[in-house]
Amino acid sequence: MANQSLTVNNNVYSATKKTPLVNRLTGSLSLIALAVLLVIMLFPFAIITLNSFKTETEYYANGPMSLPQSLETTTLTETWERLEFTTKLWNSIVISVSVSLLAIALSLFNAFALGIGKVKGRGFFLVFFLLAITLPNEVLAYPLYYLFRQIGLYDTRLSVILTLATLHTAFGTYLLTSVFSTTFPKELIEAAMIDGCNKMQLLFKVVVPVSMSTLAVLFVFFFIWTWNDFFLPLIFLISNSNQTVPLALALLQGQHGMVITTQSAAAFLGVLPGIIFFILFQRTLARGVTAGSVK
Amino acid sequence: MVNKLSSPFKGYTVFLVPGILMFLIFIVLPFLANVGISFTRWSGVGAPAWVALANYERALGDATFWASFKNNLYLIVAMTILPTLIGLFLAAFLFDYIAVKFGNRVASFFRAGFYFPQIIPVVIAAIVWRWILQPDWGALNWLLDAVGLSALTHNWLGDASTAMFAVMGVMVWFQIGYPLVIFMAGLQRIDPELYEAASLDGATWFGRFYHITIPLLRPEIYVVVLTTMIHALKTFGPIYAMTRGGPGNATMVASYFSYKNFFEISNVGYGATMATVLTGLIIVITIIYINIQRRMEQQGSMI
Repeated sequence: MANQSLTVNNNVYSATKKTPLVNRLTGSLSLIALAVLLVIMLFPFAIITLNSFKTETEYYANGPMSLPQSLETTTLTETWERLEFTTKLWNSIVISVSVSLLAIALSLFNAFALGIGKVKGRGFFLVFFLLAITLPNEVLAYPLYYLFRQIGLYDTRLSVILTLATLHTAFGTYLLTSVFSTTFPKELIEAAMIDGCNKMQLLFKVVVPVSMSTLAVLFVFFFIWTWNDFFLPLIFLISNSNQTVPLALALLQGQHGMVITTQSAAAFLGVLPGIIFFILFQRTLARGVTAGSVK
Repeated sequence: MVNKLSSPFKGYTVFLVPGILMFLIFIVLPFLANVGISFTRWSGVGAPAWVALANYERALGDATFWASFKNNLYLIVAMTILPTLIGLFLAAFLFDYIAVKFGNRVASFFRAGFYFPQIIPVVIAAIVWRWILQPDWGALNWLLDAVGLSALTHNWLGDASTAMFAVMGVMVWFQIGYPLVIFMAGLQRIDPELYEAASLDGATWFGRFYHITIPLLRPEIYVVVLTTMIHALKTFGPIYAMTRGGPGNATMVASYFSYKNFFEISNVGYGATMATVLTGLIIVITIIYINIQRRMEQQGSMI
């Protein structure tokens, strides 16, 4: 079926009254134009990578465009140590994983009550969640900052975890509720209830296994959003030992007398996890982006 | 059937308790507190002094307040309007020209490449660009020097006349991948026969783009425009990492202005006012937008 439509499509192009030469020329030209655009899009990453393997002297002697004379990793290792990058990575991982798991659990509970239990006031809750999704963090920042100072949670990873998990739960509940109330197979619920399942069993033995793929997409979303978040860590995490990767890098850039190759090495270290996640999560993410748009 | 069966099985409500508690503590109460603080003068220490609407009056006459929102408008151009237009054009081009002529793999390859900036934290992207745009030894000025365009070298982020445009350029670069990926996914729905029929009728590529692609991608365009507009209004990280709102107030935006009042100049009441106004604006825009969308969808379904 797909093949058929493809060949028909090709005929359409040969049907247009262009000579083969003109046709080939426009083809090559458009490929060249796209390639130029691609180079522009990737240029920043290429140049950051290139200069993370140079020493300061080499940079000033040959400029940013030259290939590194040798694969000099001293700049990178020094920057890693200066940033205490291992600690920052660990903090980011702990915060992102905790937020994702907590937000998924909360979203699941909420959506179970709203989407499957059809608890009253569903419309109100959904509008509320929609508003919570659009809320800028600035409008919560100061009271939360004040609260955390009062109860001794200021400058702990827990402060970021609790706040971000709640914010992401708004989106998670919204998405899961719409999944549960529309496409979830109702026969399964009926069968489980006839079997005498209680609510907890229904949730964990029926609903969770069936929605595993949606939950996986949610996990990836929450993980990446949390990893990328900057504003709340900036406000809540003041000490070096609690900071996340983006925060540490942004603060490092603010310091004076930073060597130019150290700066590029720091940016390079910041880019790396993104690339790793992209490779790891590519499939789930592609599914999720499409799912999100149809929602 | 389900309702009859589930009505005796009450007890779903208890599952809402943890969620509701968290929402109350971390969203509802802080939000209300922020609105309350916006009616006070407060340095963050001691008791806030009630000033009623004084902060809002002050905002109306404050040049920085207006400059911030003007720059948020620039960001909407850079993060919503341009990426949506470029994304639409690129998606259609990759989908019905490149993919047809050179195969799906080539099209997917370009899509992945253009999406690449989206996979890293926007703050890191901003740091990368700040490095490239550095006035003395930055890569861009160095390149301009190298190709004999020294006259064009510039302190891009440090000069008030170019700073906002430099930030906009970075944001366009960062955003393009998002609409592109969403639109290309949406295009999978389009019936190839429509394109064939149009081509046989002698429609040009642009004709098909305008009369078929854009109307069919409407739902995706709505989602992209709304989400990116909200992002543009909330932008904080890139400004923090690239310019801190400077030079002067050349790149000041609402969220950074609010942050500055909260945490840099201890003007908590005024910061809360800024945050409240920003929130109100976002909510109003979202509601108007959703209503317009609904109305247009109804019209669309009548045709």
